[in-house]
Amino acid sequence: MWEMTIGIECHVQLATKTKLFSPADNDSRNAEPNSKVHPVDYALPGMLPVLNEEAVRLAVRAGKALNSQIANISRFDRKHYFYPDLPKGYQTTQMYQPIIIGGKVDAPLDDGSTLSVRLHHAHMEEDAGKLTHTGSYSLVDLNRAGTPLIEIVSEPDIHSPAEARAYATELYNLMTFAGVTHGDLYHGNMRFDVNLSVAKVGSDQLGTRTETKNLNSFRSIERAAQYEFNRQVALLEAGEKVTQETRGWDDDTGKTISQRSKEDAQDYRYMPDPDIPPLVLSQQDIAMMQDGMPVMPGEYRQNWLSLDLDKSVINTVLSHPSVAATAESVRTAYGNEAAKRVFNWFASAGEFDKSAVESGTVGSRRLGKLAQMVGENKLSSTGAKEVFFALFEEQNLSKTVAEIAESMQLIQISDESAIIAVVEQVLASESSQKAVEDIRAGNDKAIGFLVGQVMKQSKGRANPALAQKLIRERL
Amino acid sequence: MTSRILSYLNRSAKENVQQAILKAKQAESYHALLSLTEERALEQATKVDAGEITGRLAGVPFVAKDNILTFGGKTTAASKMLEDFTSPLQATVIEKLEAEGAICIGKANLDAFAHGGSTENSAFGPTKNAKDPMRVAGGSSGGSAVAVALDIVPFALGTDTGGSIRQPASFNGVVGFKPTYGMVSRYGVVAMGSSTDVIGPITNSIADSELVLEVIQGADPKDMTTLPSYFKPISSAKPGKIGLIKEHMSDNIDPSVLAQTRIAVEQLEKAGYSVEEVSLPMIEHALAMYYIIVPAEVSSNLARYDGVRYGHRSDNAQDLAALYGMTRSEGFEDENKRRIMIGAYVLSSGFFDAYYLQAQKARTLLIDQFRTVFEKYDALIGPVSPTPAFRLNENTKDPIKMYLTDTLTVPANLVGCPAISIPFGSTPEGLPIGVQLMTWREQDAKLLALARELEGKA
Repeated sequence: MWEMTIGIECHVQLATKTKLFSPADNDSRNAEPNSKVHPVDYALPGMLPVLNEEAVRLAVRAGKALNSQIANISRFDRKHYFYPDLPKGYQTTQMYQPIIIGGKVDAPLDDGSTLSVRLHHAHMEEDAGKLTHTGSYSLVDLNRAGTPLIEIVSEPDIHSPAEARAYATELYNLMTFAGVTHGDLYHGNMRFDVNLSVAKVGSDQLGTRTETKNLNSFRSIERAAQYEFNRQVALLEAGEKVTQETRGWDDDTGKTISQRSKEDAQDYRYMPDPDIPPLVLSQQDIAMMQDGMPVMPGEYRQNWLSLDLDKSVINTVLSHPSVAATAESVRTAYGNEAAKRVFNWFASAGEFDKSAVESGTVGSRRLGKLAQMVGENKLSSTGAKEVFFALFEEQNLSKTVAEIAESMQLIQISDESAIIAVVEQVLASESSQKAVEDIRAGNDKAIGFLVGQVMKQSKGRANPALAQKLIRERL
Repeated sequence: MTSRILSYLNRSAKENVQQAILKAKQAESYHALLSLTEERALEQATKVDAGEITGRLAGVPFVAKDNILTFGGKTTAASKMLEDFTSPLQATVIEKLEAEGAICIGKANLDAFAHGGSTENSAFGPTKNAKDPMRVAGGSSGGSAVAVALDIVPFALGTDTGGSIRQPASFNGVVGFKPTYGMVSRYGVVAMGSSTDVIGPITNSIADSELVLEVIQGADPKDMTTLPSYFKPISSAKPGKIGLIKEHMSDNIDPSVLAQTRIAVEQLEKAGYSVEEVSLPMIEHALAMYYIIVPAEVSSNLARYDGVRYGHRSDNAQDLAALYGMTRSEGFEDENKRRIMIGAYVLSSGFFDAYYLQAQKARTLLIDQFRTVFEKYDALIGPVSPTPAFRLNENTKDPIKMYLTDTLTVPANLVGCPAISIPFGSTPEGLPIGVQLMTWREQDAKLLALARELEGKA
């Protein structure tokens, strides 16, 4: 039997206004190629790096979210290689003394248990540009060159594709909740490299590992890990050897592809960067930078234990910091019952506009009120869900929850006299007679049919509890 | 010595510029300048004369070493790599000088990328010594020193990574000042050895160096290694204790250089200073450290010249590897390649600890030794260069011999302390000799005041 051992390196793009060492705009999504480039970024002769303090602050906050130590002294180093997307001929990174040391990520697994992954370190570095290969030539876009990153390096504490996915997901949660990254996976805001080796169960030696680089979705991490495990096991069982190499992932074929073997590995000629003085942070500096940290997923999970909700519901709410914060506000302001409704709406909503939650358009007050209306029997739970979706619609932005429910004709009828008429109509109808007989004969279940008929006739607006009471009174 | 700069103030800037350009053209055979920035210089002069620009150096012409980015023409670093390069921005030092009304009239020759000690490594031909055109100008700021020695301009900017201001200054009989590391912004100066590069003035007098330093010093938000302004000239130094560097007074030094240094010591004693011989054993290893650390930084700093974004690009390359290889092979001079190779070697896996790291540890010991010595002594004295200016082509076939000419100047760079080359007499044949003084970091004002004791007193 074979066992896999996985360590994950994750690059996180920091959400700074400007680049790590230049004043160029750090947000180049949808920008013209080479339009967000300062002379420092394209390495004009004589240019010097100026370390972005906001990037340092975000890294220090990331360190807090990762339960890490922050180094009082860290340094920047130059990693040399020639490539057209690397203007200086070296990447400025932290090889010898990284800013973030150690740490731990507790990732919840589907079975309710927790996977604890130790971190080796995380360091700051700059991103490279982007090449587009077009037949006989290549185009260079340096918009991304110099974007600040932290690279989080885990210990090899992961032993299944599901665990790899859980770790990556939790890392994503931590980084987005800490507000250090926009977390836009489509634009590569977080990229994962999966180092995986296999060995016989019980063996005290690890096998030869491969590194599958640049995975940018949780699903691809899980799939790539499974594929690599199968591939390596097949090789070993056939008596062959695993080659230590860098591999890429093809999402369409679901396969990893060899890119570069260890023999081709470059000598990066690391050297301390003489242009950047050591980064010295006192305990006081660190405390100030970590002040006002947002609530982290782990704390939310603790707070939400009493809601007794399914893990998948909790995880959906935790998929976006503003959704979690909004749900938590509902819980503290409107109580558990209201909160549970809101959690379930979010969980069952599928795709919804998270920016509306982030901006507060769909905020805790409106959601809390909506949940309260259900509690007060003013709305049925199905009606409330319809109103929930309507909250996101533009024409409803300035309307109260009650106004929206009213305009959608979803307010429940709790006026007895209005319901009595419907109840009597239902009881009198031919199709209800069998149910009436059954109930009189002691089969109470049939009352559901009658209530259903009342609901149907009232187009869902009758208060079902009231309808039931009125039916019983008449039998 | 009286200030040459002061004589340019309160005169027509346009006339100053025209005169300087005329002198430059008359002195073309020395090849001190690679280009003239005549058009822009005249534009600036018009602004100064119209009172649009005023300042401490209003209308004073100068030349900048051609590894300093300026408007008005090309910045080539005297290399084929940047033969046609024009910069979209100016170095901080140039901006500061222009803000005070100084006017750059041309770009001075240097060893390509400042690699060398004779200006013979310039891709565009050597500069000739101002006193003897059969001899080298020294380097790498050879063009800057000769331009001042020939009185084309009253001051020039040079850069000093291992002696590149002081040695050519001594070879041409002018004052060369290497400031404390970080006193002057490196922004916009083609990087050579980032941990030792400094920009400084070459002038005819100490007073002029002080004038220029006051303008170009100071913290630059674009250079993290700069220090806040601290330099304020002082008229005279308080007589104190000076150490004569024992290791720099060895038999390897030319007798006439030793003799002039001893006379300088006597001069200081006459002025009330007590001078005694002091030993700094680590200084013997300074050259070895320098030729590991600086090539390492050179190999890194020159990696950007790859033909992709600007500068020379080989026409003959068929693939990426060839583009890099051929561009760099064609664009760099032999000495550039030599240093890149040494640097890549000492940084490579398996050799990093033995060379680069070891050299940095030794550098720390050297700095400690200087710090200790400066607790006891106000300044150190010694020669600038082991020999006066040598003949053109005398050392070009022997890189090691050429490197040895840096022996006496590199310690100040490795330590980061200020150092000055002050002209002090000459050889029997009339070749200028310089004497070197050093103080601890940020004591630039004291160093200049002390140097005044030797100025014009040979």
